[in-house]
Amino acid sequence: MITGRTSSLVARGGWRLAIGVIALLYTAFAVFAVSFPALTGRIVDQAKIISADSRNAIEPKLADLEAKSGIQLVVATVTSLEGQEIEPYANELFRGWKLGEKTKNNGVLLLVAPNEHRVRIEVGYGLEGTLTDALSKVIITNAIAPRFKTGDFSGGISRGVDDIITVLTTDSSEWQKRPSLRLDNQQNTDPTTWLLIAALIVLFILLVVSPGFRWLFLNLVLNILISSGGSRSGGGYSSGGGFSGGGGSSGGGGASGSW
Amino acid sequence: MKMMMVSMARIRGVSAAVLLGLTVAGCGYNNIPTYEEQAKAKWADVQNNYQRRSDLIPNLVATVQGYAKQEKDVLTAVVEARAKATQVKIDVSQLTDPEKLQQFQAAQNQLSGALGRLLAVSENYPDLKSNQNFLALQSQLEGTENRITVARRDYIEAVRLYNTELKTFPGLLWAATFFRANKPMAEFAASDNAQTPPQVKF
Repeated sequence: MITGRTSSLVARGGWRLAIGVIALLYTAFAVFAVSFPALTGRIVDQAKIISADSRNAIEPKLADLEAKSGIQLVVATVTSLEGQEIEPYANELFRGWKLGEKTKNNGVLLLVAPNEHRVRIEVGYGLEGTLTDALSKVIITNAIAPRFKTGDFSGGISRGVDDIITVLTTDSSEWQKRPSLRLDNQQNTDPTTWLLIAALIVLFILLVVSPGFRWLFLNLVLNILISSGGSRSGGGYSSGGGFSGGGGSSGGGGASGSW
Repeated sequence: MKMMMVSMARIRGVSAAVLLGLTVAGCGYNNIPTYEEQAKAKWADVQNNYQRRSDLIPNLVATVQGYAKQEKDVLTAVVEARAKATQVKIDVSQLTDPEKLQQFQAAQNQLSGALGRLLAVSENYPDLKSNQNFLALQSQLEGTENRITVARRDYIEAVRLYNTELKTFPGLLWAATFFRANKPMAEFAASDNAQTPPQVKF
């Protein structure tokens, strides 16, 4: 016969074990995914091929581009594509970092894989009409690949970035930031906030008054937590340092090249 | 004063209704129609990209003809395959029919094959290979093939999500009661042709 005290201890231990197992499973799945570098800034130089001078010259240009047009152009170098072709790798990385604004999808990723001798310009959905596949290919063939062949990675990347910015800013419809219509938003929040407050008051009253309601509410919360907790783990996309992706995505536009 | 007129029973009734709605939503009632719409949208993307590839072909054929007119067989094959591929279209309501999807895929694969042969043949003509228009078309074609791959992946994922929802708890409860008309959507069958898009080599 298990006494009350012992059974409650077992129950508590069981919970901890269950949580531990679930946590382990989540991390196990994360390990199986291809590992991507974290979005630490506008230039992610995992392969360490960009000189400090170049970095300091390129970074302000990228920041300036985003300030003027909202376009997020990110340069990334990786030590290994981990057996993948550069096209799916670049697409997944782009989507994981969520480059570009969510509504405009105006992100561009310049990815260099020096060990596989592959380079790719991945263009977000919204910029495919401006930075076309053909133009991307031209930039890679003329500005980037020749310099990479001589080992000048910093020069190639620098020139590539310049050319990309030129293409993006020549079409003024892309780089003139549209003013956000804040005024309209404010008018709409007032009635919504009141409704929300009223709903919360009702909820609170019901929780206090009826135990059956409390049970129902708990079930609802658990359901929502379970369904929202089932999201895919991407293996280290976390961003830092004040720069993060704006929620945009890419559909595979752009061009690749090798040297 | 006026608040007292509204009876406790009335408040309970309305709140219970609201809560029932929230619980039902929390239990995944909305998932089936949401996933279905997502999958349909992804399918539209797939078709758009295949269409985009189709649109590139007349220009490609014209450019190649300028340099390699004697390769009549290959050029004709591409033109014919393209005509056939543009005829097979799938409406979103037909997505649950695996045969329709197979027909679509077969037509597109035939076009992929013909394109591949055309590009392979172009290798033999150095003037053609250095023609600016041809180079631009090649990169556009590569880009489109990549987009097709990405769009197919997205569609397959969306369909997987939808089909899984129909089969797992609590989705299958909703499927059996309110969404009896919803059938699982068809997926792309893996095929060799589709996996290797026409390669462009310099």
